[in-house]
Amino acid sequence: METKGIYTVHEFTLAVKRILTTGQLNDAWIRGEISNFTNHSSGHRYFTLKDKNSQLQCVMFKWYGRNLRFELERGMKVLVLGDPDVYEQKGVYQLKVRDIRPDGIGELYKAYEQLKNKLAMEGLFSPDHKKPLKRFPKKIGVATSPTGAVLHDMLTVLGRRYPVNILFIPTVVQGDSAAESIVSSIRALNKTDADIIILGRGGGSIEDLWAFNEEVVARAIFDSRIPIISAVGHETDFTIADFVADARAPTPSAAAEIAVPDRLELSNHIARLGQRLIENQRRFVGDRISHLSDLGEDVDPVLFLELLTRHIQFIDDLTQKQELSIGRLVDIKKASLDANAGKLNAVSPLGTLSRGYGITLKLPGKTLVQSIKDVERSDEVSIIVSDGKIACNVNDKEECIWK
Amino acid sequence: MEMSFEESLKELEGIVDKLEKGQLSLDESLMLFEKGIKLVRECNTKIQCAQQKVEQLILENGGSRTEKFEMD
Repeated sequence: METKGIYTVHEFTLAVKRILTTGQLNDAWIRGEISNFTNHSSGHRYFTLKDKNSQLQCVMFKWYGRNLRFELERGMKVLVLGDPDVYEQKGVYQLKVRDIRPDGIGELYKAYEQLKNKLAMEGLFSPDHKKPLKRFPKKIGVATSPTGAVLHDMLTVLGRRYPVNILFIPTVVQGDSAAESIVSSIRALNKTDADIIILGRGGGSIEDLWAFNEEVVARAIFDSRIPIISAVGHETDFTIADFVADARAPTPSAAAEIAVPDRLELSNHIARLGQRLIENQRRFVGDRISHLSDLGEDVDPVLFLELLTRHIQFIDDLTQKQELSIGRLVDIKKASLDANAGKLNAVSPLGTLSRGYGITLKLPGKTLVQSIKDVERSDEVSIIVSDGKIACNVNDKEECIWK
Repeated sequence: MEMSFEESLKELEGIVDKLEKGQLSLDESLMLFEKGIKLVRECNTKIQCAQQKVEQLILENGGSRTEKFEMD
């Protein structure tokens, strides 16, 4: 006891701390499940990492927590990177955490969903923030890996459709440094005169594409002054970058198609415009010429006189025709009147009387006597002649045949 | 200053539109027609002459420079 001396509590604690922190336990990755998580108002995170048999106190100070890709949840399976430490005031050992990663695909998806919801709530995916793409970009910034088929495919499609200036920036698109590299590329391209940025990466697993699901990348895309086309993975892969970007292309080649118009289509479009110009002008001038010649005809004195005489003659013709037809009408009416007067004369009883005939009427009814059967002996009759009436009595009657 | 392809095409589209709407004097229409035909030629030349130039952006010492890039 004498030889070793006597520690104070503090001295002993420091000694333990020295052993723990200078040993081989630094930089340890530890797998476990989160429990008792508190996100303290100071910004530091306190939690317990546990497995079936043990528990480990953990603290993540806010300067490390800033780069966390997702928020911790109770029960979440994680891999934790940290160094052991001793909290001197309480004499307990704990893990000073520097990084936390989701453990397993399920947890990755959970982190993805978490960040997606968070950024959606903040409005980072809102169409209001989407910047329109220039129809005819002069320079396209391409951030992708210098190796691999992606760059080659994009350059080929761009060159075929519409050759423009390309500003390529080699970018790490997979692994630990990927997120940082992508952010740095986006910022560097924003200092150039590029009109569009294509952010590209070929297909891969969710872990391979993970950098494009990181919050720093999402924010760098959102903050970009230049519109960004995200072309990550295959058609079925959706990364957070795709949601934040101003346009999403299912593949890197498709991004090239979105970025520039097709030269052939453009050429046809211009040809059609030229055609429309010519046809329209031909019609326009044609209309003017025919209108002009119409006007010329109207005011030419000879033509005008001819037109006038034609009209005069026509009117004369009309007048003559009118006179003729009226005269003829009068004649017809007169003849018709004469004929009718003759007929009337022929049937008039006055005519018969003037020729010496008489009309016999039986009295008292004054009925016309046309046959001997109409009268009996001593009937009174009245005979009308041309100048008066004769009163008679029937003395006798005798049937005669005159014809 | 020379117009960009985009500006030229936009102006050409505008001219065709204006001419087709009519209501122009003969002088105006002839002037626009002439300009339109010139623009068709210009646009065609521009897209025929377009060439791909690939540069690489290299970051260094907090700044950046560009150099010609050749695909392997």
